[in-house]
Amino acid sequence: MFTVTAAAVLAAMVLALVRLYAGPTLYDRVLAANSFGTKTVLLIAVIGFLTDRPDFLDISLLYALINFIGTIAVLKFFRYRTLGDAVDQPGDHQ
Amino acid sequence: MTAVLIDAVSWAFIATGSALVVTGALGLVRMPDFYTRMHPAGVTDTLGADLVLVGMMCQAGLSLVTVKLFLIGAFLFFTSPTSTHAIANAAHVAGLKPGFAEVPKRRPRGTEPGEGER
Repeated sequence: MFTVTAAAVLAAMVLALVRLYAGPTLYDRVLAANSFGTKTVLLIAVIGFLTDRPDFLDISLLYALINFIGTIAVLKFFRYRTLGDAVDQPGDHQ
Repeated sequence: MTAVLIDAVSWAFIATGSALVVTGALGLVRMPDFYTRMHPAGVTDTLGADLVLVGMMCQAGLSLVTVKLFLIGAFLFFTSPTSTHAIANAAHVAGLKPGFAEVPKRRPRGTEPGEGER
């Protein structure tokens, strides 16, 4: 059963990669990358159960944290073109 | 008896979650427009992932594994809609208009769509 789940999640990851490659806009790609990350979390947890190694759940939790922060960071970067203080831009001083 | 019942419930959760994950990814590929693609990606990811995690919690019983699974599930439950909202907001602010990504071209009279075209 866990094998079937892992196969399903892998198929879903391939479909997300298709959208990541084909996506016409940047936001399609960010959406596909975020979805891919969520499925990575699931896949790692399922593989941990499949091989009877529950330590994998720690890695899975870490991936969940990194995925969220990474999505927000990418969005912020493409909006402000910097990851620093977005308010203090050149020509913005009063 | 109880073990069989818990097994059945957990397999039901996991099967439903896997089906949701696959259909969500299918929708991510097949939907015509960014704002419609957000729906399968965001909604089914949240519910599908949490259903699979709940099924694994039933398998694990009461232990530290369950606590970790609960933490992953709670985190995904809050961050997945948040990041979907952030992506939608960023696209809206950047001026992406809702609408089909590709408008089908008008065909000359008398020509039918060929095979492989939609």
